[in-house]
Amino acid sequence: MQNYIIRRILLIIPTVFFVSLIVFMIIRLIPGNVIDIMAANAGLQGDFTTLDRQNLEHLLGYDQPVIVQYGKWVGNIILHGNLGNSLWSGEPVMDDIKVRWPVTVELGLLSLIITQIIAFPIGIYSALRQDTWGDYLGRSFAILCMALPSFWLGTLVIVYPAIWWNYAQPVMLIPFHVDPIGNLKMFIIPATILAAAGAGGNMRLIRTMMLETMRQDYIRTAWAKGLKERVVVLRHALKNALIPIITILGYQLPVLVGGAVIIENLFNLPGMGRLLVEATNDRDYTVVSAVMIIVSVAMVVINLLVDLTYGLFDPRIRYQ
Amino acid sequence: MGEKSMKKTSETKKHSKFGELVIRMIKEKPLGTFGAVITVLLLLTGIFANYLAPYGINDYHVQSALQGPSVKFLLGTDNLGRDLLSRIIFGARISVIVGLSATLIATIISTILGILSAYIGGTFDLILQRFVDAVMCLPGVVLLIVIISIIGPGIWQVIICLGISGGIGASRMIRSLVIGIKGNMYLQAAIAVGNSTPKIITKHILPNIMAPIIILFSMSVPGMILAEAGLSFLGFGIPPPAPSWGGMLSGSARTYMFRDPWMALWPGLALTIMVYGVNMFGDAMRDLLDPRLRGGVGRYGIKVPKMATIKKEPATPNESSS
Repeated sequence: MQNYIIRRILLIIPTVFFVSLIVFMIIRLIPGNVIDIMAANAGLQGDFTTLDRQNLEHLLGYDQPVIVQYGKWVGNIILHGNLGNSLWSGEPVMDDIKVRWPVTVELGLLSLIITQIIAFPIGIYSALRQDTWGDYLGRSFAILCMALPSFWLGTLVIVYPAIWWNYAQPVMLIPFHVDPIGNLKMFIIPATILAAAGAGGNMRLIRTMMLETMRQDYIRTAWAKGLKERVVVLRHALKNALIPIITILGYQLPVLVGGAVIIENLFNLPGMGRLLVEATNDRDYTVVSAVMIIVSVAMVVINLLVDLTYGLFDPRIRYQ
Repeated sequence: MGEKSMKKTSETKKHSKFGELVIRMIKEKPLGTFGAVITVLLLLTGIFANYLAPYGINDYHVQSALQGPSVKFLLGTDNLGRDLLSRIIFGARISVIVGLSATLIATIISTILGILSAYIGGTFDLILQRFVDAVMCLPGVVLLIVIISIIGPGIWQVIICLGISGGIGASRMIRSLVIGIKGNMYLQAAIAVGNSTPKIITKHILPNIMAPIIILFSMSVPGMILAEAGLSFLGFGIPPPAPSWGGMLSGSARTYMFRDPWMALWPGLALTIMVYGVNMFGDAMRDLLDPRLRGGVGRYGIKVPKMATIKKEPATPNESSS
């Protein structure tokens, strides 16, 4: 176990290295004309009239060799936790991110919970009543969930209630510590829409896993003991079917974050996704690279945790 | 019944592999057939958009802007007085082009990377896979937004970006397939008699992973279509006035939707129907092509008792990643 954990943690290092390299290369690959646009933008925005081309290149560190730039950038992050300053406001990117990340995390967590609330009952029912009308209905619903684009569903939710009942989503973010109920009310619709896509995939997965488990010998034994269906399904089958579903969680996260980017922009939630789009539109590439690094490192760490907890749920796994 | 089906079975033997597949699809997968019909219809809509659309995509009928469905404009008009039906029809073309080309690029890249990584193995494999890990950790939408903001929006930029990022992620699956067949005796034999590496890859590895590659291809088309629509919705996809279904829901159109809610309805509906159809079709293809998933269901025409009709859906973890 200990060896496995150490090996798994060591394997993170090259991955994170590649992540940083990719992010750095993308930002570094900005063609020259974009720098012109940035300089023009800076002029238009007024506060940085002095920010000419050379100045901008210096801010981006383009006047140094590539390796030095990369080293400085990574060194600053690792040693000082400093992700750089925003090109326009000049303030540390971290200040902005500190306000933004709780929004995205709340949206993601809520959506994960809603995903499971939708997926588990339907997935289990579908498996237990395989090839009945209920099963077909459940499976069709799952595929429908996967086919519905979140931005369309969100648009409909914004447009039609506004026309029919004059209902509008609140514009300003209500912090959780100020008004928990209002905060949840604000998040519940975006989170449900974000959950739809994941719920479809999860439903199908749960159905498959349950079908497989329900044919195992120990389930037959449980039936033979005369246990009630509820006990057989929940205690014996579901517990074992859960294992692959937990691993899938790690794969779903990037999709969830990608969906969050769209949902946050649609519902005006000031999270990391909104920050990313705002910064990209402003061509504030220090903010962009900071968001990318934080999101991807978070993914790496969560994937690691998922892998490590895998063993807790499945005692058969001994890590060699 | 018996004689009739017997006759049919013997007839199918004369069909080509493709014809047999079509017949099995219709017989065994009614929903998949339905999906295939939707897919083909949309494909034809995309190809013949010029002939089907009643108006051009940028014909302005300003006096009749923001109208609901009418006889003149079947789906209504948008804020600039453009016919929504024509724009939806041309939107199908964009979706078809993006969906197919991006998937094609992704499939080629994932096949090359996957085979190389598995076949060469060792340190090369280890390093390449950490790179794949890194790409998979960067959420697709995030990566695409940033890259497109740098290289500029446009249909080919979107296709290439979607293709490359999707292909790197999917290479993991191809790699595991190749590792699976690497230990087989026939491959060892092919190496032992001194075949060259390119020959082994093209003659012995590629044919054996063709079915999963086709499945991967058909499964990732809807994801690509959705990704393009999402990007265009955020303003990082295909720039207006091109009638991308995602783009039609964003930008200046959003302020007019409260006055003409039909504008919000049609593009998403078209997108949903298309993705639903292609998904169904892809699922059915997977069930028909992958012999491991055939379960107790025999070949077409062979009756099996109800208990044995156990269909298994595989747990594909990267199914939803775009």
